[in-house]
Amino acid sequence: MNVLTRRAALKMGLSGAAMLAAGPALAQLRITVTGGNFTPMPIAVPNFSSGDPAFGAEVAQVVRNNLTGSGLFRLIDPAGYPQQVGDPNATPAFDAWRTTGADAVVMADVNRSGQIQSSLRLWDTSAGQQVTGKSYGTDASAWRRIAHMASDAVYTGLTGETGYFDSRVVFVAESGPRANRVKRLAIMDQDGANVQYLTDGQLPAITPRLSPNGQLCAYMVFDGPQSSGIYVLNLANGQTQSLGRFGQMSFAPRFSPDGRRIAFSVTTGATTNIYAMDTAGGQPQQITTGSAIDTSPSYSADGSRLVFESDRGGRPQIYVMASGGGGAERISYGDGSYSTPVWSPKGDLIAFTRQSGGEFQIGIMAPDGSGERILASSYHAEGPTWAPNGRVLMYFRDPGGNEGPSLYSIDIWGRNERRIGTQGFASDPAWGPLLS
Amino acid sequence: MGSTMPLLRFGKGLLMVAMLIVLAACARTPTTGVGNIGAGPDGMGGGGAPGSQQEFLVSVGDRVFFETDSSTLTSDAQATLQKQSQWLQQYSQYRIVIEGHADERGTREYNIALGARRATAVVNYLVSLGIPQSRLSTVSYGKERPVAICNDISCWSQNRRAVTVLTN
Repeated sequence: MNVLTRRAALKMGLSGAAMLAAGPALAQLRITVTGGNFTPMPIAVPNFSSGDPAFGAEVAQVVRNNLTGSGLFRLIDPAGYPQQVGDPNATPAFDAWRTTGADAVVMADVNRSGQIQSSLRLWDTSAGQQVTGKSYGTDASAWRRIAHMASDAVYTGLTGETGYFDSRVVFVAESGPRANRVKRLAIMDQDGANVQYLTDGQLPAITPRLSPNGQLCAYMVFDGPQSSGIYVLNLANGQTQSLGRFGQMSFAPRFSPDGRRIAFSVTTGATTNIYAMDTAGGQPQQITTGSAIDTSPSYSADGSRLVFESDRGGRPQIYVMASGGGGAERISYGDGSYSTPVWSPKGDLIAFTRQSGGEFQIGIMAPDGSGERILASSYHAEGPTWAPNGRVLMYFRDPGGNEGPSLYSIDIWGRNERRIGTQGFASDPAWGPLLS
Repeated sequence: MGSTMPLLRFGKGLLMVAMLIVLAACARTPTTGVGNIGAGPDGMGGGGAPGSQQEFLVSVGDRVFFETDSSTLTSDAQATLQKQSQWLQQYSQYRIVIEGHADERGTREYNIALGARRATAVVNYLVSLGIPQSRLSTVSYGKERPVAICNDISCWSQNRRAVTVLTN
């Protein structure tokens, strides 16, 4: 199999789906998803050469896990490599690499000297050509980022798409019995490693969202009439501020794409409407009116529109309106009810939770409601969040009973559903921006 | 016989642990009141003294239930709230928090709003029966505080509730 054909196929798969928003591309999307002829690209990742060989092996393993975890790559078993340690400064012996079955090989080094520095070359074994050559560095305290940046370089080189590995996910870490569960905010690398807790669990915290620059985390504290509401945590200095007290309860905070505004829900009596205000503070502006429940707002990539959930027509459905309010149009028309719409950072798709036939589903549709596709279905699945490249979703599933929720990821073609390993239960994932 | 003693002790230890867990659960609850504890087994504490929270819990009933995705008060719910109203008018020393809850068959944020809508339905009904608005406040817990843990319909219905919590 010719690697260029494979690479072209990968790129076609990605761009075919990217055309979903155009409407007529539905057939192409189907070809991509149901074709069954998508074969993950075989790739070899030798250990990174390093003054500390164990470190070089550790970094390479994170890269391998990232690439295979994307579902787009198949790792050639390192036991069969012609060389165990990569060298970014030498041309690989392409004949030897081709016999392993690898279409691409990653040759890299990594060294610690105050900072961590790494160089990487990605080679096409069939054509005998370099695909990508990069070098980069991070603080010594953030060694996993080197592995994530290397992974993004490989992903971008072979798919033509922006990567998503060098990113973090904030989520709710849950523990204890269901009726009295401790809910703490935590942040982790997108692969589930490197978990750090952001709140102490004294007060239950839910629905976190990261600002577009990844430095602020807005969330809801959920603890009775006195202390419930929206708070904003500055990840750099650990300080938390209340956004303010509005109505009987405010919740569902979402940042605008420029980070300057936060949209959220305010409950007054039986009514819940959407408001927005400056992240820096000030008076909130009411965006929706009426006696329905309007919640789960999400800004479009250009900030001009808001998608949200409302039961103004009976059951919860998805509507799109101008971000300043007005002209709301319903876009969801399938069976059941639709919740938690989230606009893709690329702008081409809206992900949602749907309840239908006694199941919860995670799906995507174009912003005009066309091309709806259900990606995953189970007893309970909720709250999709987009990877920064708009090609992968994370969400949570809960089996019910005394069990608790776990995080899952899936690509927008409905392939490669994977559980993200976390210690204890986890819910409400919110993906942050690409850090590099 | 000798061999049963350690077993008995072990059993007691378990009971202690269970009680500690229950106490810990209550301690974390911000509003003090009977609503978060639930009815004990028959005879435990009896009906409670007249005007006590225990009496309200046992003789009146502290909660009403709702249909799926609904905040309409059923006739059962209205009957319970009428009893609550009579009792609350007799014992006017209590302030009242109505907690609205939802079952797990909805999304987190929508359920927060749904719980608020249920709590408001209860408040409006109690006000219509003569309870001063000033004694009443609401809070929604969405689906975050279920009382019944399982994954079938009989269980979900117990979690779709509004609980009348008395505070001094």
